[in-house]
Amino acid sequence: MDLSLVWAIIILFGIMMYIIMDGFDLGIGILYPFFQEKDDRDLMMNTVAPIWDGNETWLVLGGAGLLAAFPLAYSVILSALSLPLLFMLMALIFRGVAFEFRFRATDTERHFWDKAFLGGSIAATFFQGITLGAYLQGIKMANQAYAGGPLDWISPFSLFTGLGLLVTYALLGSTWLIFKTTGELQATCYKLSQRISIVLFAIIIIISIWTPLMDSRIAERWFTLPNLLWLSPVPLLVALVFYKLQAALKAKAETSPFIYTLCLVLLGYAGLGISIWPNIIPPEMTIQAAAAPPQSQAFALVGAVIIIPIILIYTAWGYYVFRGKVKPGEAYH
Amino acid sequence: MSELALTLSRIQFGFTISFHIVFPAITIGLASYLAVLEASWLKTRQTVYLDLYHFWVKLFSLCFGMGVVSGLVMAYQFGTNWSGFSNVAGSVTGPLLAYEVLTAFFLEAGFLGVMLFGWNKVGPGLHFTATLMVAIGTLVSATWILASNSWMQTPQGFELVNGKVIPVDWLKIIFNPSFPYRLLHMVIAAYLATALFVSAAAAWQLLRGKDNAAVRKMMSMGLWLILLIAPLQVVIGDMHGLNTLQHQPAKIAAIEGHWENRANEPTPLILMAWPDMAREKNHFALEIPVLGSLILRHSLTEQIPALKEFPADERPNATIVFWTFRIMVGLGLLMILLAVTSLWLRYKNQLYQHKAFLRFAVAMGPAGVIAILAGWFTTEIGRQPWVVYGVLRTADAVTPHTTSEVAVTLTLFVLIYLAVFGMGTMYVLRLINTGPKTGEALQGDAISINPSDVDEFALAPEFHPDAKTPSAGKDQ
Repeated sequence: MDLSLVWAIIILFGIMMYIIMDGFDLGIGILYPFFQEKDDRDLMMNTVAPIWDGNETWLVLGGAGLLAAFPLAYSVILSALSLPLLFMLMALIFRGVAFEFRFRATDTERHFWDKAFLGGSIAATFFQGITLGAYLQGIKMANQAYAGGPLDWISPFSLFTGLGLLVTYALLGSTWLIFKTTGELQATCYKLSQRISIVLFAIIIIISIWTPLMDSRIAERWFTLPNLLWLSPVPLLVALVFYKLQAALKAKAETSPFIYTLCLVLLGYAGLGISIWPNIIPPEMTIQAAAAPPQSQAFALVGAVIIIPIILIYTAWGYYVFRGKVKPGEAYH
Repeated sequence: MSELALTLSRIQFGFTISFHIVFPAITIGLASYLAVLEASWLKTRQTVYLDLYHFWVKLFSLCFGMGVVSGLVMAYQFGTNWSGFSNVAGSVTGPLLAYEVLTAFFLEAGFLGVMLFGWNKVGPGLHFTATLMVAIGTLVSATWILASNSWMQTPQGFELVNGKVIPVDWLKIIFNPSFPYRLLHMVIAAYLATALFVSAAAAWQLLRGKDNAAVRKMMSMGLWLILLIAPLQVVIGDMHGLNTLQHQPAKIAAIEGHWENRANEPTPLILMAWPDMAREKNHFALEIPVLGSLILRHSLTEQIPALKEFPADERPNATIVFWTFRIMVGLGLLMILLAVTSLWLRYKNQLYQHKAFLRFAVAMGPAGVIAILAGWFTTEIGRQPWVVYGVLRTADAVTPHTTSEVAVTLTLFVLIYLAVFGMGTMYVLRLINTGPKTGEALQGDAISINPSDVDEFALAPEFHPDAKTPSAGKDQ
């Protein structure tokens, strides 16, 4: 069994869980500017308050899994992207504490934590997107270490992926709110979702054109035979899901818009994965070349294989406990 | 990589982890305390426990939130700023960290939602399970991270191949020589810090004339715990010290400010001094002969290794660790004094009235946290110049960022931490100042018992006479 392959799949799974789960709760912060009333904002926050912490834990798993299974990749990628990552973490501090502080603040202070939640969510997402874009563009290496400059991560492409992720999370957030709320708030979210989804569709198209133009290896991956045949369903599915999402929003469906958005995000994620596979440090270092010694990978794998299913079970239970619509004024602890 | 950039990177790590450790320490203690309170409530149905639960869970969630966001920074900082360390030793610390995430972080996060928001959603048994899982999660987390840290202090169970650590025996790695002592020392320290904090919060209320059953109960519980574990901590601290002497003698020599051994002279205990690293001597030393040998060797003659026996570039900074160690020990002794005094006042029936004692208890509120920080400064700075003792030097572990890059991130971290965690501390203190009320579980939107039981609960005046009457705060 190829331990590195298994670990790569686990880490990809962890990051995917992170993107979809923290995605919608970051999205709620991104959407705060569209809702000015305190009651609306309370309600929006309450839809994720019991679960956001678990959502964010997947980000820690991504980091820890990478360190355990691919320490070289962890050290190179994180030193290369150190600034955007640290900026993202700083932004996450603001939005994370806002969950608690907002409820503890006096009426005159609350606006500050509203801004912290809003600004923190936007900045965290933006820098996360920049990190993603800079990673896709590739990392300069020499002698098993990062060989580029401290600001190499700034490029038109990475700024655009930063923007793209903001739109992605905003759509996850607004369709999540459709799912969890009723009345006027929900009605606003229908309108917002429709507009945001069109922007997202445009962004997916632009990134799909931009990446192969940027990197001939990615172009080769997608546009040569027989790959072209195998991979052609991906863009077709994106178009289909987008169409279904529009229809669901028009029909005022409550659950399916969120599901279709998840599908859209997963397809986008798969598309990016296909573009760089089997590299762990684009453009050249493969997962095998960056692997930890098998003793490390095997030891950590035992835990991952046994415990991740258990985690999924109790996480699902947590979501089940807090199922259904969130009502205004519902009890905080 | 300039010397300045390395220093700034070390300051950044030290700064961010010093802020971080305070929150997990308090949450370890509070989570267990909450589990005890909820168990006591389930068993006795005395609502004073439920009131206390609802008061302390607010503080717990504040501290937990701050712990999560500051901990996230730690998980990534090993790579962003210490890539040499990750690349060389990630094969050991990575899997340990992964186990921490899998067995502890998810457990805490998964059950935290139910613990904080689930009173009306699940039954009492299931809710208690959630609290218990969170408490267990905090302890499991401490276990893994201390296994990792202890391995960095006393590494074993690996081999070096091409300059990289290759794990050979995971049991040896986890159960490395300093791990049991460090784990016990830290968990007890967390409990002590929390108990001191809880007692101080109660003493503060009593001093302000707010006396109720909940305040008395938490005062009493906190002080009993301190009485139980503060002396125990001395014993474990002693064992930990002997273990360090065996495995990291240079650290002990620095802690003791012990520069050289003279023939046939047992090691003295230096009470106060100013160790000077450049001149290799102490200024103003105040010492007791033989006591050093007695404490560290349990002997009247045997010496301990002295600093000058180690090459100058392998000595930790004695000026710092000499003092941080003494701060920790001094505070520990004050904790014992507090506990013993409380026992006497209990006997005299004055525990809740004695003003001077209450002031002492308030002053000791932050003592546990300060002692934890002082202790970690001692053991981490005492490990220098190594990051993995004897294997990897700190200077080789750092990411070669430019000075300005580290200066920018460090400045931002300092500003953000002071602002955000400063506000957080203010909210904590504000809650402490408000104090637990009788009928806390019924206050505002925090109704935490099944709606069908509310009436019965509210109509049980023997438990909370002021919950439904205008004479709030006048009980007792």
